Amino acid sequence: MAERLAAYRALLGAQARSQTAYRTSFVVDLVGNVGATVFDVVTVLVLFGVTRELGGFTLREALVIVGISSFAFATADLLVGNIERLPRYVRTGLFDAVLVRPLGALPQLLLMDLPLRKVSRALFGLAVLVVAVTSAGIDWTPGRLALVLVAPVAAVVFFGAVFVTTATVSFYWIDSGELANSVTYGGRDFTSYPITVYGGWFRAVFAYGMGFAFVSYHPALALLGRADPLGLPAWVGWTAPGVALVAAAVAAVSWRVGVRHYRSTGS
Amino acid sequence: MGSVTATVAPPTDSNVTRWFRTFGAMVLSGFRRHATYRQAAVAGVVTNTVFGFLRCYIFLAVVGAAGTVAGYDRAQLATFVWAGQGLLAVILLWGWTDLADRIRTGEIASDLLRPVHPVTSYLATDLGRAGFASLSRLLPPVLIGPLLFDVYLPRRWATVPLFALSVLVAVVLCFGCRFLVNATAYWLQDVRGAMILWTLSSGVLAGLYFPLRFLPEWFQLALWYATPFPSLLQTPLDVLVERDPAPAQFGLVGLQVAWAVLILAACRLVQRRAERRLVVQGG
Repeated sequence: MAERLAAYRALLGAQARSQTAYRTSFVVDLVGNVGATVFDVVTVLVLFGVTRELGGFTLREALVIVGISSFAFATADLLVGNIERLPRYVRTGLFDAVLVRPLGALPQLLLMDLPLRKVSRALFGLAVLVVAVTSAGIDWTPGRLALVLVAPVAAVVFFGAVFVTTATVSFYWIDSGELANSVTYGGRDFTSYPITVYGGWFRAVFAYGMGFAFVSYHPALALLGRADPLGLPAWVGWTAPGVALVAAAVAAVSWRVGVRHYRSTGS
Repeated sequence: MGSVTATVAPPTDSNVTRWFRTFGAMVLSGFRRHATYRQAAVAGVVTNTVFGFLRCYIFLAVVGAAGTVAGYDRAQLATFVWAGQGLLAVILLWGWTDLADRIRTGEIASDLLRPVHPVTSYLATDLGRAGFASLSRLLPPVLIGPLLFDVYLPRRWATVPLFALSVLVAVVLCFGCRFLVNATAYWLQDVRGAMILWTLSSGVLAGLYFPLRFLPEWFQLALWYATPFPSLLQTPLDVLVERDPAPAQFGLVGLQVAWAVLILAACRLVQRRAERRLVVQGG
């Protein structure tokens, strides 16, 4: 076990050195990467510039939802997001090299390409989250204090699971790149707003079919002490960690099945 | 054995006709090249549709009970979103690094040997690509949107031809912008910085994240006159949903044309300057 950890640490160290070797490039990347998350938040602010409330929520309340979502997505993207490159690894045969090494395939893939430049986004997301929960006028209780720590972590696990699950599609359908985006980046956009904004079967599928309602909406309701306009009780917000674990289990199973199904491209 | 002489018959047609024939052939080849990636097109349509739902619901929530916001009613915003999702792939805001890659690898040298100016030949191929995209990527969201949302259909006779012209100009303009971003590779080895800047600013300033009319008026004017971004996406969409009176619509498209001419001229200038200092690396 210790040996394995040492090997993983060596992989990570090599990544850190290679990515920071060109300082200017790295700084440009750090700054550029924050931009995407900044604009997600700016969009919410602009929308609230032309309307008082969105789906029955004020800006302060909505910011708690945005905060959890953007912190969790940026962190999951930093840790697991590069699994998006799986189609290329499969196509070029690099995945074979990963499989023959005596280490886990998934941790290797993630550590081989840990995009350190995305640290800036995760930090910005964290800043938004902190500002949001401190300015939303939350009535703090021990339970809510625990939830404000647990819910973002659960959301990171959930998004991580979504990244891995959607990436496994490429074991079956090589050219599927953009398809995964509709669930990963679509999920990010979906969880940035109160789900009362959406309607019909679209909301049913994304919110409860795929579980995105438990990422930011229900935990935020529990933190704010608000009743759910859609009628679910407040304790649902506390089930978020459970939902995240289920998602992680689904991701683990689909990864195993996917790797087993994998046949090298022979290149 | 008689001798064999290979001769080419002197051209009987004018230079202009031949230029158009070459241009047309390049447009066709661009169309065909992209028509081969059908799986990718299907995946792209699904993604655009999912984002169409997301954005449509969000903007409709912004309209809320009031009925109108920033000069759009519910149906106009729905049309704005669904046509926007389709146009995104037609003008191809993101994901074009062909030129930068060829400069980095030195393959650009073979482009320079060709009798057609690089800006012209890349533009022709891009028009072909846009042609295929308007069938495979613009049509589906434009057909799906009205099935599920109340959309706005143009009421003035001039709108549809003006929209078609506006899209064509937007394609040319967007190509020009991408060419300029890619051409930074002549000077910088690593175009990542320029590419990140372009991706960020084009998404938010072209009107994809939210209609630019949601912004304060002075800021809108500054964007339209000082940057080409609103002319990429916001202008064609505003024309389609008839956001402004007819004369203002013509004015917007006129501004778009001016930007396209300016940017294409800049492309040719940059290309000439680059060729003067270009040292192709490698063997």
